[in-house]
Amino acid sequence: MPETTSPEKVRIRITVNDVAHDLLVEPRTLLADLLRGDLELTGTHVGCEQGVCGACTVLVDGAATRSCLVFAAQLDGTAVRTVESLAGADGTLHPIQQAFHENHGLQCGFCTPGMLMGACELLERTAEPDPDEVREALGGNLCRCTGYQNIVRSVCAAGQSMTAAKNGAQA
Amino acid sequence: MSTVEDRPTTATTGSPRKNGTERRWIGRSVPRKEDPKLLAGRATYVGDVTLPGMLHGAVLGSPHAHARIVSIDTSAAEAIPGVKAVLTGAQAAELVNPMPAFCAEPVPQTAIAIERVRYPGEAVAIVAATDRYIAEDACAAIRVEYEVLPAVVDPEAAMAPDATRIHETLDSNVAFHRVLDFGDVEGDLARAHTVVRTRARWHRMCASPMETAGAVASWNPFDKSMTVYSNSNFHNFLPWAFAGMLGVSTNRMRMIPCAVGGSFGSKHFITKVLAIAGALTKATGKPVQYLEDRVDNIAANDNVGCDRIYDAELALAEDGEMLGLTLKIVDDYGAYFQFAHGQHGNAMAQPTGPYRIGSLRYDVSCVLTNKVQQGFFRGAGADPGNFVLERLVDKASEVMGIDRAEIRRRNFIAPEQFPFKTPSGNVYDSGDYAAVLDRALELAGIDDWRAEQERLRAEGRYLGIGLATCQERTGYNASEWWFLYDNPPLPATSTPESVKMDVDAMGGVRVEVGCPLWGNSPETVVSQVVAEEFGIDPNDVSVTYADSTTGAMSAGPGGSRLTIMLSGATRGAARTIRDKMIRIAAHAMEIDPDDVECVDGTFRAKGVPGASMSMADIGMRAHLFFHSTPEDESSGLVAVHTYDHPYSTPPSADRTDMGAFYPMVSHACHIPIVEVDAETGVVTLRAYYAVNDCGTVMNPTLVEGQIVGGIVQGIGAALMEEYRYGEDGALDTPTFREYLMPSMHEVPEIVVEHLETPSPFTEYGVKGAGEGGRLVAPTAIASAVDDALKPFGVWVDELPMTPERVVDLVAGAHEGRP
Repeated sequence: MPETTSPEKVRIRITVNDVAHDLLVEPRTLLADLLRGDLELTGTHVGCEQGVCGACTVLVDGAATRSCLVFAAQLDGTAVRTVESLAGADGTLHPIQQAFHENHGLQCGFCTPGMLMGACELLERTAEPDPDEVREALGGNLCRCTGYQNIVRSVCAAGQSMTAAKNGAQA
Repeated sequence: MSTVEDRPTTATTGSPRKNGTERRWIGRSVPRKEDPKLLAGRATYVGDVTLPGMLHGAVLGSPHAHARIVSIDTSAAEAIPGVKAVLTGAQAAELVNPMPAFCAEPVPQTAIAIERVRYPGEAVAIVAATDRYIAEDACAAIRVEYEVLPAVVDPEAAMAPDATRIHETLDSNVAFHRVLDFGDVEGDLARAHTVVRTRARWHRMCASPMETAGAVASWNPFDKSMTVYSNSNFHNFLPWAFAGMLGVSTNRMRMIPCAVGGSFGSKHFITKVLAIAGALTKATGKPVQYLEDRVDNIAANDNVGCDRIYDAELALAEDGEMLGLTLKIVDDYGAYFQFAHGQHGNAMAQPTGPYRIGSLRYDVSCVLTNKVQQGFFRGAGADPGNFVLERLVDKASEVMGIDRAEIRRRNFIAPEQFPFKTPSGNVYDSGDYAAVLDRALELAGIDDWRAEQERLRAEGRYLGIGLATCQERTGYNASEWWFLYDNPPLPATSTPESVKMDVDAMGGVRVEVGCPLWGNSPETVVSQVVAEEFGIDPNDVSVTYADSTTGAMSAGPGGSRLTIMLSGATRGAARTIRDKMIRIAAHAMEIDPDDVECVDGTFRAKGVPGASMSMADIGMRAHLFFHSTPEDESSGLVAVHTYDHPYSTPPSADRTDMGAFYPMVSHACHIPIVEVDAETGVVTLRAYYAVNDCGTVMNPTLVEGQIVGGIVQGIGAALMEEYRYGEDGALDTPTFREYLMPSMHEVPEIVVEHLETPSPFTEYGVKGAGEGGRLVAPTAIASAVDDALKPFGVWVDELPMTPERVVDLVAGAHEGRP
């Protein structure tokens, strides 16, 4: 029982990908490590551990957040979304993922979850961003493989396809 | 110039355009099969591997560039709850052996330093603990007393006889020096009308894949076996070398590949990471994961790029004919020499570029200093070579008053001269360099940019148009690692690639590849080739990755070889199985095998409508109906095909001919458009045009992805990436805050086009395309900055062109400095 009685640990109630968790965490546990370790959500990748590369980006209450720079203990009462929330259980890709696939917006895939989550935030705010708006929003996410232009294309294409789908649903 | 003898006899179907053969899948932008798992966050990288009871490793690195280790006190670290092992270099040496080295010189390297540290960040102690936080706590609790020694930072100063020696086992910090002359160098210099010279500087950079190197090692003390998950590329090429280091018998070592978050050459060996995880699992009897953090990777990854000073000269006749080239190179290898001078072996593939240069002098000194050692990074030694050669050509153009496109055209190897033997012995397979240049000039719309340049100059703004025409040697043979030695320790020549293919009882095709998923597209390439050979849909092909116990020899991605080699291996296996299926179908249909053809995944009797068998019909027969197949056929439809290097020749004993070792040669012309702020020194890319010829293009979208990604790394090399050291040898760029790489903001729209001159040496005529972007972009951008600052008369001979350097160039020009 020492786990539950440790005075050092902090209780947090946190929703991750629509699943509610009631957890005791060490004060120094980073969100990235909570996700990857305790919650076994290894789709979130850690590239630099100091907030420069953006690979570990997740959404905290809808805001793109470097999970390597936030302590889990700070997140009581929040809702977190990770890359694992995007695709369907049947393997159906989210429209943003589909756009990355169609536009060759990834190679090694290590930065991709961060790019996708950053794109989610952007498209929530700006339904059909132009390339400059994508660069402004994702300019802090590093990719070493693609040279970026296909990532920018992917996000623009995702905006268009999601908007078209929404309009189609309303029509 | 000698001619090419003993040309390879590899059969090829050539280009679809040239022989009219209609190809259905080779050459199409088939969507990438690797994507879904990567997009969903469901690929398993080494950091995602969890084994029962697994511990986590961490490394304490040296804060000093050069020091003697006086004492190490690990008692406080060991007392921390959760810490399971703390090992110094001496303790680790009882568990694992020194790291394998390919050099002939006595430069031993252990994964954890013993007695002396030789570069900042070198491991001094390692820890295994129940989590990484505790392991890092333990590192912080280790007390090390150092006696700081003078740091050797400047490679030229390091060459002095009285310089502080990095290794007492050597007489000098010059670990290797050799001068090689090919052709009549002195004669060409003497008869030259003009000799242009440059002293060029190419600084240390690193691959910086977004994922660092890592391993999970699990030692079984009862049967003395070791299982290792890692992001190494050589699990199916050199597992025996890793086993030797880890003290495991080779047949009890299993290496399992993981999805890899980028490498760009830097993760072939990752021997240190394997040794650290291996020592810790042996010490604890538990599986141990060690994943470099970013500082470990930048400071100590053992795979930084070249760090060279060139004194180079190009001799030309009056009409601009290039006669001879001399390259005197001092290369700062850092503190160790694990891979010897392989980067210069690599550069020997194309030192004279796409030009008919008759003679070459290659004078190389490999110097040891107190820095992290060199390994391989996209370009692998040919990258600074292209930079220097193209700078010399631009200088010749300027000095001789010959247009820079024209001087290149006059010297290009002509299409009818292929296969072409270069002065140093490598052979180029095919090409049409003038066509690439012409198309690039057209694509870029040079005249419009010249008009824009003039308009902006009137406003006091500096637009520049760059131009570079470079080679990309692809598909290496291992002789490049050792042929600069007369008596190499391991004169290996094999670079095999294997696949195991089987067609199951229901006709399903499965392929197991020996290479890992390193960020490129082996699943897609293999599926395209299988689809081509059987006429089936690439989506119906299943591709998996072999671990080291299957015997699927594979040198994997490296030297832009993978598509060449995988398509050869896959086609070989497919042909073996297809032929067997034809025999079985012929037997079943009671006709001659020559009368059976495989079309759209069915095996049909030629000219007999309706007489056919499906893949499943034959699969079932082959698997379960032994008596219904030809008498001498065994059951099943399995083939392992190992494709060896398609064309290589050994170096001559006297090294006047290095042999054909890198003969699939792609070519590109890049035209970047930059704007330079002469006040602040900031260089901004306005546009970028590239025309590339990598033979038959396997998958246009994926090739473009490689080229664009490589160009952006080349923008980094040109403008920002550099290891910087203080006078005391401290590394000033240990994180991404200081080691700057391009972001979306530094990258223009890059336009890529392809021309295709198929290789006569390879299956389908493919050549490699993985490194071309980075092999051309730095020198092209240097040319653009020169062009922009022409009113000042500057000459770029040092990369990266940081704002400070550009400001200094402009100031130097004002002051009349050369």
